[in-house]
Amino acid sequence: MHIIFRYADSRERVVTASVGDNLLRVAQANDINGIPGDCGGQCACGTCHVYIDPVWAARIGNVEPGSTEEAMIFGAPVDARPTSRLACQIDLTAHHDGLIVDVPEGQ
Amino acid sequence: MQQLNETPNVLDASHPQLYRDDSWRPLFDTLRAEHPVYYCPQSRSGPYWSISRYADIVRVDTDPQSFSSSYLHGGVTIEDRVAASFMQMDPPAHTEKRRNVTAVVAPKSLAQMEGLIRERAGRVLDALPRNEEFDWVEQVSIELTSMMLATLFAYPVEQRHKLVDWSNLLTADLDDPESPIRTEEERQAGLQEFYLTMLELWQQRQKEPQSYDIISLLAHDESVRSASFEEICALFGLFLVGGNDTTRNSMSGGAWGFSQFPEEWRKLQANPSLAGNAAAEIIRYQTPVIYQRRTATRDVVVGGETIAAGDKVVMWYISGNRDESVFADADRLQVDRPNARQHIAFGMGPHRCLGARLAEMQLRILWEEVLARDLAIEILAPPVYAYSNLVRSPLSLRARING
Repeated sequence: MHIIFRYADSRERVVTASVGDNLLRVAQANDINGIPGDCGGQCACGTCHVYIDPVWAARIGNVEPGSTEEAMIFGAPVDARPTSRLACQIDLTAHHDGLIVDVPEGQ
Repeated sequence: MQQLNETPNVLDASHPQLYRDDSWRPLFDTLRAEHPVYYCPQSRSGPYWSISRYADIVRVDTDPQSFSSSYLHGGVTIEDRVAASFMQMDPPAHTEKRRNVTAVVAPKSLAQMEGLIRERAGRVLDALPRNEEFDWVEQVSIELTSMMLATLFAYPVEQRHKLVDWSNLLTADLDDPESPIRTEEERQAGLQEFYLTMLELWQQRQKEPQSYDIISLLAHDESVRSASFEEICALFGLFLVGGNDTTRNSMSGGAWGFSQFPEEWRKLQANPSLAGNAAAEIIRYQTPVIYQRRTATRDVVVGGETIAAGDKVVMWYISGNRDESVFADADRLQVDRPNARQHIAFGMGPHRCLGARLAEMQLRILWEEVLARDLAIEILAPPVYAYSNLVRSPLSLRARING
C-alpha cells in the first residue's frame, strides 16, 4: 500500500507501507521532515501532529472528542484543525491505501 | 543531610541539599534499581511516592485521570502551593485554557523570533571579555533568557532584571539559608509588585489591537478576561518561570557539559548540523525542572505498588533522564545521542512543556553562534547550584574565553 505525505509547499512524498504499520513509524522510516514524534509514539508529546486530507478524514474518522489524543492536539502550539490527528495513533489497515497526509509547518 | 543521617532507611529525594551539592545521583541509582515506586514515609513536606524510572514517569504523566495536577489537591509541587493556572488543572478545563495561549509559541511566532534571538546571542557573545574570568550564568544565561522574557511579555527590555528577580522569588526555597524570604506570605508580598505591574500591562493591552506577546494574548482572550484575579496572576507567574529559569539553566548546563566532555564539542564543531539534537541532549543532561508532583485520585497500581487515593506522587524527571534502560551512559552528554529528543525534561502527556520548541531554538542558536565565532570557552570551576529540589539552577559558572 502507499501513503502520500504532502508538505506545506505542495511537494509530495509517496512511500510504501504495510497493513499493521503505524503512521508515525512509516514517517520516521522514510525520513519525512516535520513529524518528529519526540516521545516515540506514546501519545504523550503531541509532536507527530498531522492533518488528514479532508476526503480521507471523512473515511477514517476524526479524533475522538475527549480523548488523550485530542488533548495533546489542542495543547500543542501547531494550529489544530478539524482533521488534525496524531500520526502515532493511526495504525494502518487495508482501508488506508492511498491515504493523503498534510505535514504541518514548524513542528 | 542531617535528616538522612537520622533516618538512614528513608530514601528522601526531596531534600534540597542533594541538588545544592549535586549529590543526587547515588540516591536515584538506588531508587531506580531497588525501589522504582517508593513510598517515602517522611520528608519536610510529609509522605510522598517517588517515581524514578522513565517508563513509570511516562505512565503517571500520561494518566491525568488517575494523577491529578489540580490546585484543589495541592498542585504540582511536593509542598501544597496554591496557584490556579492551567498547569494546576486537569482536562478538560486544562485543555481548553492551555489551548488559548498556544499561539504565543506557535511555529509562525517562533519563526519571527529566530532572527532576533540570533542577533542578541551574537551581541552577548561579542561583548564577553577575552582572556579574563567572567560568570557565564550572569553574563550569558541570564542576559539572553531575560531579554527573551522581556520580548515574550512585551516588557521594557532595559528593566528585564526585574523579571529575573520576580522569577527567582517565585522559585525560592523557603529553607534556603540564602533565601531572601522565609514564608509564603513574604513570597506573596514580594510578588505583589509583579502582579500589579502585569495587571496594568494587561489592562493597557486590552485597549490595543492584539499582538503576539503573552500579555496581549491573555488580554484578548475572553476566558482569561473573565477569570479570577488569582488565576490571572498564576498565569503571569507560570509564563515568567516557564520562560526564564528552564532555558537559563540549560544554557549554563550546556557550558558545563561541554567542558566535561570536550570531545562532544569537537563533534559539534565537525558537524554543526547536530546543534538541534545537541539542544535536546543538553536539556536531558541538565533537566532544569527536577520533578513535578501529582495527587492520586483513586487507588492505582504502578510498578506493583498500590498508590492510594489522595497520596502525593512525585515524578523525578532528573532520574528518568538518567535511566540507563532508555539512555545508555546516561551521565554523559552526547550530542549525537540517537534518542535525545525522547528525554523527559519537558514532561510527557497533556502538561508537557508548552515552550519546548522555543527553548530548543534558543539553545540551538546560542551554540551555533558560539561555533560561528569559534570561541574557546574554558570553564574554571564546577557550577554552584541553587538550594532547591524543584529547579536545577546553576547560580554561577566561572568561565574564560581564550584568544
